[in-house]
Amino acid sequence: MDSLPVINHTDPSTLSKADFTSDQDVRWCPGCGDYSILAQVQRTLPELNIPRENYVFVSGIGCSSRFPYYMNTYGMHSIHGRAPAIATGIKAARPDLSVWVITGDGDSLSIGGNHFIHVMRRNVDLQLMLFNNRIYGITKGQYSPTSEQGKITKSTPMGSIDHPINPVAIALAANATFVARTIDVEAKHLQSMIKRAAEHRGTSFIEVYQNCNIFNDGAFAPLSEKASKADHLLYLEHGKPMRFGKNNEKGIAMIGGCQPAVVDVQSHGEENLLVHDEQSEFIALMLSRFVRSEFPTLIGVIHAVERPTYDSMMAEQLKQAQQKGKDTIQALLDRGDSWEVT
Amino acid sequence: MTTEQLENVVIRFTGDSGDGMQLTGTEFTKTSAIAGNDLATFPDFPAEIRAPAGTLAGVSGFQIHFSSNAVFTPGDAVDVLVAMNPAALKSNLADLKEDGVLILNSEGFNKRNLERVNYDKDPRQDSSLSKYRVFDVDITGMTLKAIEELKLNQRSAVRCKNFFALGLVYWMFNRDPKHTIEWVEKKFAKQETIKNANIYALKAGYAFGETSEVFTHNYIVKKADIPKGRYRNISGNEALALGMMAAAELSGLELFLGSYPITPASDVLHYLSRQKKFGVKTFQAEDEIAAISAAIGASFCGSLAATTTSGPGLVLKGEALGLANMLELPLLVIDIQRGGPSTGLPTKTEQADLMLALHGRNGESPLPIVAAKGPGDCFYAAIEAARIAVTHMTPVILLSDGYIANGAEPWPIPSMQDIPKIDVQFRTEVEGFQPYLRDPKTLARPWAIPGVPGLEHRVGGLEKQDVTGTVSYDPQNHEHMIKTRAAKVAAVADSLPPTEVDGDLEGDLLIVGWGSSHGAIEAALPALRSNNKKVGHIGLRYLNPLPKDLKEICGRYQNVLVPELNMGQLSKHLQTELGLKVAEYHKVQGKPFRVIEIIEAAKRVLEAN
Repeated sequence: MDSLPVINHTDPSTLSKADFTSDQDVRWCPGCGDYSILAQVQRTLPELNIPRENYVFVSGIGCSSRFPYYMNTYGMHSIHGRAPAIATGIKAARPDLSVWVITGDGDSLSIGGNHFIHVMRRNVDLQLMLFNNRIYGITKGQYSPTSEQGKITKSTPMGSIDHPINPVAIALAANATFVARTIDVEAKHLQSMIKRAAEHRGTSFIEVYQNCNIFNDGAFAPLSEKASKADHLLYLEHGKPMRFGKNNEKGIAMIGGCQPAVVDVQSHGEENLLVHDEQSEFIALMLSRFVRSEFPTLIGVIHAVERPTYDSMMAEQLKQAQQKGKDTIQALLDRGDSWEVT
Repeated sequence: MTTEQLENVVIRFTGDSGDGMQLTGTEFTKTSAIAGNDLATFPDFPAEIRAPAGTLAGVSGFQIHFSSNAVFTPGDAVDVLVAMNPAALKSNLADLKEDGVLILNSEGFNKRNLERVNYDKDPRQDSSLSKYRVFDVDITGMTLKAIEELKLNQRSAVRCKNFFALGLVYWMFNRDPKHTIEWVEKKFAKQETIKNANIYALKAGYAFGETSEVFTHNYIVKKADIPKGRYRNISGNEALALGMMAAAELSGLELFLGSYPITPASDVLHYLSRQKKFGVKTFQAEDEIAAISAAIGASFCGSLAATTTSGPGLVLKGEALGLANMLELPLLVIDIQRGGPSTGLPTKTEQADLMLALHGRNGESPLPIVAAKGPGDCFYAAIEAARIAVTHMTPVILLSDGYIANGAEPWPIPSMQDIPKIDVQFRTEVEGFQPYLRDPKTLARPWAIPGVPGLEHRVGGLEKQDVTGTVSYDPQNHEHMIKTRAAKVAAVADSLPPTEVDGDLEGDLLIVGWGSSHGAIEAALPALRSNNKKVGHIGLRYLNPLPKDLKEICGRYQNVLVPELNMGQLSKHLQTELGLKVAEYHKVQGKPFRVIEIIEAAKRVLEAN
């Protein structure tokens, strides 16, 4: 690699939000949840101590996928659903870069479903942020893979008959090593998830519930409105009992040995509540099924474990192969069954 | 016993796909090469991994043409056919010359095998083989006897019969079996019994030829007069892989291959996967789209990125290829063509993806296309494709085909010092940087890779404003950019070497071929030129843009003939681009051209005028 430029990196400690803001006008619809996500990313990156030139944002197609244009970093707005594959190539070529995939529910769960699964099972060291608004925005309002059954849209006038996909469950099934969920309007929480994801080595998956005020306004209203929020949101924290409610009066416990249920903390006893363990695959799998109406919506880190990353293992194999000394292409050409014609 | 001297011999080994015919052919090839013959080979095997034994679907063949003269093709007609069973006989007999040698394995011609391929009667017992010199040899039986003392189980013992057949053919052509014995010793160093069994079988076959009175003579094919130097055998796919590695070294870039297994391209992935020692990174993707997408990611980061595939895979890569065109990033896209459409004939050859390569993308998306002419030429074609890609910042499609990919030939080992370096300049200068500012000559935009402070920029598939690279819907700019990207591809023609013409430089007929038909046309040339006719041949390396001198060269001949393994794709391209009227000759049978077919097609053109 003698022709790769040798570069002195800039000092990341001097970065601020403004450094990550590009000169492009942001062209999302006024009131779009994407604005908050963009702002939280721009606010969080300066805290990560990574030089700006080492960031690459890759996206597919869709409203969310315009994101890289608004980041003053290296970026690629690519083709529908393929950003995880492009990012895999980026990370394989340059493990030193901080790679971020920005995608939506249509982009990564319909056309890109395949790549979504494979980037996670490989555990490529990157952050994948899925903006889930349960609708197709950029094609103007068809139902998406996460839309609820019965959803009436332009392409489903009698209601969608598709059963929705559960992104967290798919990520876990693909053996993702970091799975988190957050909401566009929860600025602080969103920032903390971005930070945790960035610090994780391996594929970090963040599902961000995001409002589309044009085609699917209020899809997550119970989670964002003050009056209802506390009864619907449970903030997961590692090592802490699962509690929620206006007065923290509700909790999650196992009933009858193996059925999770919402219980009254006082009558059930706090010591009998489920305690969150990010490293437990079984808790994560169970929590991924908390999508029915009787359960609160979980936000926070659902699962976080360490597993060697694809890019580090690739680098390791190369290193191992090269331990026996350098070889030249000429030697390779000369090798094998050859003969001299005199 | 007499020994006859021959100039050219074509042998075809045929049997079940588990009979080891590819190995037998490969060993015979190596030995002939070491003996100094020029040669070409053609492995022909079924798409099924193991079709039921004894059926036509399972027949596997390996043909080798060796000579004391220059060899350009694996040969039209077969002089010696080795058939291990009736299925092999039935599907190959038509290619055997009259009076040709036919070696049959008696044991294979049992009732069951005969019935399987609908032979009512044993062809050895009627007159159907009377025009050949038939040797009905108990290959299996004698193999078993030769290795009896090793007490191998029946199954493993029977599997050694290909070495008996090889030994017999070695005797027949006065070949020294020592190279094969050395190979077996190395290959089975840790399996003493198998090693000995194969060597015993080989020696037994050789001894049978020598001592039995079945064969009245054997043959000598003298050394060919080939240029001095160090040679090795090379297959097209191996040469492609080596060419890509060489291009990486010549440009100082790291090689990254994103690929998805597909016949007949997979061997390139296999070969490069073993080259981690050289820093080669290979990524077996989840599909063809991911394969090219990962390569685009690696290219964005400054790797020499490549993706290898065959026709159906290239179709899937189309959208990503359009993206790479818009991003203006270098990328090697290697299509090893096979019979189509759809899954088509996966193990058979065709040259029918030219129109796909030229036009198989949405919007105006021209790309440079280069073609390899033969197995060894793949090495140089890969380097050339890489040179164009990084010089002009564009994806380049390299077309090979199944015939080139699996075929092998003796190859003068190149010296890396003799191959010009590929100049790559990464942009590092911040002052004046614009992502789509172009080099005035090559029209290439700067290669600014992540990790360089001050060059942060965004690329993407939406139309770009010229120079700044900002997203732009401006109608005038769009047309300007379409024209600019086309001009960039056209600019490749400015630096192409003069087109090489073989044979007569003007006259009655110019045959323009591309890809693997090169050998057949080259071999046809002497026969056509000896007839008071002036005939030339161009094996086109550059299919897009076409060389600037091509039209003028074509104008020096009365007629231009374009033979292709498709329905006339290059012909149409030449007519569209150069306004040339050409005579077309098509063959779409999953098989390469035979020399005689080219000769006859050329004569028809010559006689019609």
